[in-house]
Amino acid sequence: MSEAVLGASGQAPALPAGANAAGLAADARRERWALFGLCSPALLLVLVILVIPVGWLFFVSFVGADGQFSLENYARMLERRSYARIFRTTFEVSLLTTALCILLGYPLAYVLSQLPSRIANLCLITVLLPFWTSLLVRTYAWLVLLQKRGLVNAWAIDVGLWDEPIKIVHNLTGTLIGMVHIMLPFLVLPVYGSMKAIDRDYLKAASNLGAGPLRAFWTVFFPLSAPGLFAGSLIVFVLCLGFFVTPAVLGGGKVIMVSMKIASNIELFVNWGAASALGVVLLVLTLAILWLASRFLRLDQMTGQGH
Amino acid sequence: MRSWLDRPASETQITQRGRLWLYAFAVLVMLFLVAPTLIVVPMSFSASQYLEFPPQDWSTRWYDHYFGSAEWMAATMTSLKAAVLTMLVATPLGVLAAYGLHSSRLRLGQLAFLILITPMMVPLILIAIGAFYVYVKLQIVYTLLGLVLAHTILALPLVVIVTASALKSYDMNQELAARSLGAPRWRAFLTVTLPQIRFAVITAALLSFLTSFDEVVVALFISGGDNATLTRNMFITLRDQIDPTIASISTIMILVTTGLMALAQLFGKAKSQR
Repeated sequence: MSEAVLGASGQAPALPAGANAAGLAADARRERWALFGLCSPALLLVLVILVIPVGWLFFVSFVGADGQFSLENYARMLERRSYARIFRTTFEVSLLTTALCILLGYPLAYVLSQLPSRIANLCLITVLLPFWTSLLVRTYAWLVLLQKRGLVNAWAIDVGLWDEPIKIVHNLTGTLIGMVHIMLPFLVLPVYGSMKAIDRDYLKAASNLGAGPLRAFWTVFFPLSAPGLFAGSLIVFVLCLGFFVTPAVLGGGKVIMVSMKIASNIELFVNWGAASALGVVLLVLTLAILWLASRFLRLDQMTGQGH
Repeated sequence: MRSWLDRPASETQITQRGRLWLYAFAVLVMLFLVAPTLIVVPMSFSASQYLEFPPQDWSTRWYDHYFGSAEWMAATMTSLKAAVLTMLVATPLGVLAAYGLHSSRLRLGQLAFLILITPMMVPLILIAIGAFYVYVKLQIVYTLLGLVLAHTILALPLVVIVTASALKSYDMNQELAARSLGAPRWRAFLTVTLPQIRFAVITAALLSFLTSFDEVVVALFISGGDNATLTRNMFITLRDQIDPTIASISTIMILVTTGLMALAQLFGKAKSQR
């Protein structure tokens, strides 16, 4: 079209039609690359501060004490009982936290998804409020509540659950309570999202065909909500694997997770090889699980941004 | 009430009565979620070292202690400076990146997007020790600059995701119209596109502020000395003892975060109702 106009006015240089089209395509390509360039400052920053250092850690994890290539940093993880214990603790804590989150979160999400939306939105605030509150503040709150002279002990004794103050913080129990509290929104939000997307007519149909409430739930609703639940649980699990602050404060030195070992390897022993090998294992596990989760859920749902 | 109890509660044949236990359970879980943080607020006004609840004697001594401590005040200033600067760096960088990726539509864009959101996926402890290593080489460890750069990459994924999703529902032809009327691309962006995605941009800015303000693990490694952040000092104090001063700081932080997030939600609502 434009060629014809230009040709008619006689002002364009006499180019064969194909060359002009090629020129336009080249222009368009150049513009697209220029636009793509807009993300280069952000990319550069992420590369310099994250990707390259993590790549370097990967490299360091394969260097032995003598400066030569070696697998000793990984071999140590397999040989030493202390490392085995740390990995076991990490997995135990993560699994228990995830299980408890499912137990508490799934029914809550279920109730929320069936309430009229005005009430549901109001109730969702109780999920979002802790989601927004600083992790450190929430950890501190539990530290105060669970201490020997704290509120939980005082109430439990009043009610008669136990007779004298017991130790519920600075151990595994305290760590689990704190972590479940922090992780719960990460489970409830995606599960709620996926439940809202379920077409409720399926339940009507099941009911019509004679299924009781329980049967309709287990054979129709639950399978439909399973992908969301699965993805949400994976997110919680993966976040638990890398958790640092809450176990460090509420565990009182008795619950040592991988990330805490990495920190102490750097802070106390300045052992980059050992720290980075642990880091690589943690990273590989994390990315593998996230990849799995991404196959079940869109990214914006994973971060809670979809709500 | 009776009739409500016997009413069907969902598409299945269950009545409200049949799932009262479920409602009770949900209420308990919701209490579990909100109560701990809310209880800190009255506790911070307790006069006792042990932070009784409800406080027998009210006092503002923990607030006095916080506001009177040069160390806490310096840490607060560092955190505020870092958060504001992170917001000012991460927001434009992230918005530009999201716009560039959205409008260039190159295959490579998917890879770039993936790299931009990696800070959200890599465990924080790895980011922390990686940044620590680079900063020692670059000699910017324990500086405000280093802190802001590290917090910026943590905030970037949020900015990019929020902006990208706003751009998805924005009709780029409007920009095309502006450009065909003679506006250069940057002007078309600033006067046509940006005003229409402003709510997403404001939300993204608030999120970046909070990301930096609340961040602990990375700050633990790369902030220190005169540039120690509030959260770093809180964490170190918490590891050793239960200092009631932290209750007052927590209360202030709860106010700041919920205030900002409520704002972000309002802007989010404004966007969806437009």
